[in-house]
Amino acid sequence: MKITGAEIIVESLKNEGVEYMFGYPGGVVIPIFHQLFNAPFRFILARHEQGAIHAADGYARASGKVGVVIATSGPGATNLVTGIATANMDSVPLVVFTGQVSRDMIGNDAFQEADVTGITRPISKHNYLVQDINDLARIIKEAFHIASTGRPGPVVIDVPVDISKGTAKFVYPDKVSLRGYKPVYEGHPGQIEKACKLIEEAKRPVIYSGGGVILSNASKELRAFVKKTGIPITTTLLGLGAYPESDPLSLRMIGMHGTCYANLAVHECDLLIAVGARFDDRVTGKVSEFAPGAKVIHIDIDPSSVKKNVQVEVPIIGDCKSVLQKMNEIVKAPKIGEWVERLMKMKEKNPLTYRDSDKVIKPQYVVEKIYELTKGGAVICTEVGQNQMWAAQFFDYQEPRTFISSGGLGTMGYGFPAAIGAQLARPDKRVFDIAGDGSIQMNIQELIVAVQHRLPIIIAILNNGFLGMVRQWQELFYDKRYSNTCIGFQPDFVKLAEAYGAAGIRIEKKEDVVGAIKKALSIKDRPVILDFNVDKEENVYPMVPAGKSVKEMITVELA
Amino acid sequence: MSQHVISVRVENRAGVLARVAGLFSARGYNIDSLAVSETELDDVSVMTIVVRGDDRIIEQVKKQLNKLIDVIKISDHSPLTSVQRELVLVKINAQPSKRPEIYQLVEIFNGKIIDISKKTLTVEVTGEPEKVDNFVELVRPYAIKELIRTGRISLSKEVL
Repeated sequence: MKITGAEIIVESLKNEGVEYMFGYPGGVVIPIFHQLFNAPFRFILARHEQGAIHAADGYARASGKVGVVIATSGPGATNLVTGIATANMDSVPLVVFTGQVSRDMIGNDAFQEADVTGITRPISKHNYLVQDINDLARIIKEAFHIASTGRPGPVVIDVPVDISKGTAKFVYPDKVSLRGYKPVYEGHPGQIEKACKLIEEAKRPVIYSGGGVILSNASKELRAFVKKTGIPITTTLLGLGAYPESDPLSLRMIGMHGTCYANLAVHECDLLIAVGARFDDRVTGKVSEFAPGAKVIHIDIDPSSVKKNVQVEVPIIGDCKSVLQKMNEIVKAPKIGEWVERLMKMKEKNPLTYRDSDKVIKPQYVVEKIYELTKGGAVICTEVGQNQMWAAQFFDYQEPRTFISSGGLGTMGYGFPAAIGAQLARPDKRVFDIAGDGSIQMNIQELIVAVQHRLPIIIAILNNGFLGMVRQWQELFYDKRYSNTCIGFQPDFVKLAEAYGAAGIRIEKKEDVVGAIKKALSIKDRPVILDFNVDKEENVYPMVPAGKSVKEMITVELA
Repeated sequence: MSQHVISVRVENRAGVLARVAGLFSARGYNIDSLAVSETELDDVSVMTIVVRGDDRIIEQVKKQLNKLIDVIKISDHSPLTSVQRELVLVKINAQPSKRPEIYQLVEIFNGKIIDISKKTLTVEVTGEPEKVDNFVELVRPYAIKELIRTGRISLSKEVL
């Protein structure tokens, strides 16, 4: 029996066990929406395509499953571009359907036509333009496979409307056969042995763990590895949660706004064990002065990440989980008592801190209170900028997939729609969006989606009336010329929340912070905006200025 | 900065060339030459890419190419382990008085005259790219009207 292309899409998604699809309708996808109307999975109608794709991304990061998105051709598809690039940079598995004009119109500058495969080629893991309806089921199968295996990423399927309307026999393939795509999961045993030998001999080793550990669900193996070797561990921004930050061996976050002790530990180490991390410039600062005395072991599933920015003595291409399992079997603990003791002292002497005040609310104080009042059990989504860094610094992450943030691309407006996806994935958890007054306005229209689905997301706006991170750079490096970063002219966020049917609370005094968070936590049937009027010119410290080395770090004391 | 010849076997599909070319342009790697053709298999094409770069760049180029789903296999062809050829067509302004000299050059290079007019000769020469370079240099004094090269193609040598 033949069915339509649109039916093939829905049937394929059923086969993939899709729970949620995020998207927005439009002309050339009407045939697909016609079939989605009675599909067994839930459709979350965003209010802007960018909101839809970030929600799918937040869902994918919180659940570990593939996020699924659909938008129409032309502007629908181009509105997805930021979301595709965001997911691509942070290796988030997405399958993105876009409508396309019918095949005979392609290239004619037809109404709502855009070259979607051309536009998304450099920002997706792979993409397809469906040219034959008989390929459709196979392409969808391949897309889910490519998105979720190896180093995950977004895959775009551009579907011309005549393909959706056409008919073909539906057979969903059992497996894929892609001769050009065979990610290596098992690390080379010889390399693993070599790495373990280096570890055994190391005097000053440090583990540098990244988002790859979370993507490969290797948190348990990582914890076992730290336990067995006793090696101190720092994580990247996207690696937060892979290792409990309350543990003494945790050096917390590395990088531009990482802890002094993590950055100094890496600077002084003689062996750096990189696990699922890619030596991003926000981590390394000046590459030539990054871990200058260290040999490097690099475990990563993506060969192109290895030796891209730094030289590596022992590359291990493979899945973090499987490689760490193997290493845990044979690795012996090095003798590093003195080194660990020194780092522990360094950690005690230079904790993450800020100058608290009784007169104004410090943004860091707000994040600390959210941590205390949720007992660290919340899922924290962030926007981008100062709010993101404070959320990373002043919350002790304990579990993987509880910190959700646009790391690589640094997409403002990501956090709130991502929180919608995260809340759908984790109905058992309280989900926060720690936001700035700038970034929350980038996708504020999605508030109605959270209201509609009764999602009790708490949006904590650290409202300082500035685009804070850019202002901080202007203060430190551009003679305090606050060019276009003062956004004190603002909507009333409380009234705005109420207009959408959400709850809104403005907090202007420090003594009201705890009460407001408690009140928000008591609301369980709709989103809440907490508008914290915080210190306007608070800076994020410590800070290693861009392109500089650890030695040039600015600390709270120096600032 | 040494020159490398990278032979890339890819799925014979629309859009693959754009993927490969885009990968080079996005990273600012300059391609010296690129030849695309069919192979012994219907569904496989081969791209012979000549690119300049230090070892780190070449390693990144290869890794990035490997990352493309449509790329099946990559080999780095050195002149010792491969046979490499290129074809050039040169249209030379050649007054009858100059023609004997040009005929001689063509003969030395095992070339062919493939078109002739009152004022021009068009010559075909095939060989290793260095040989083609030499030929072009030697005919340059006769005023080249038009010149086109295929770009290098390369096959790995078999062991005896």
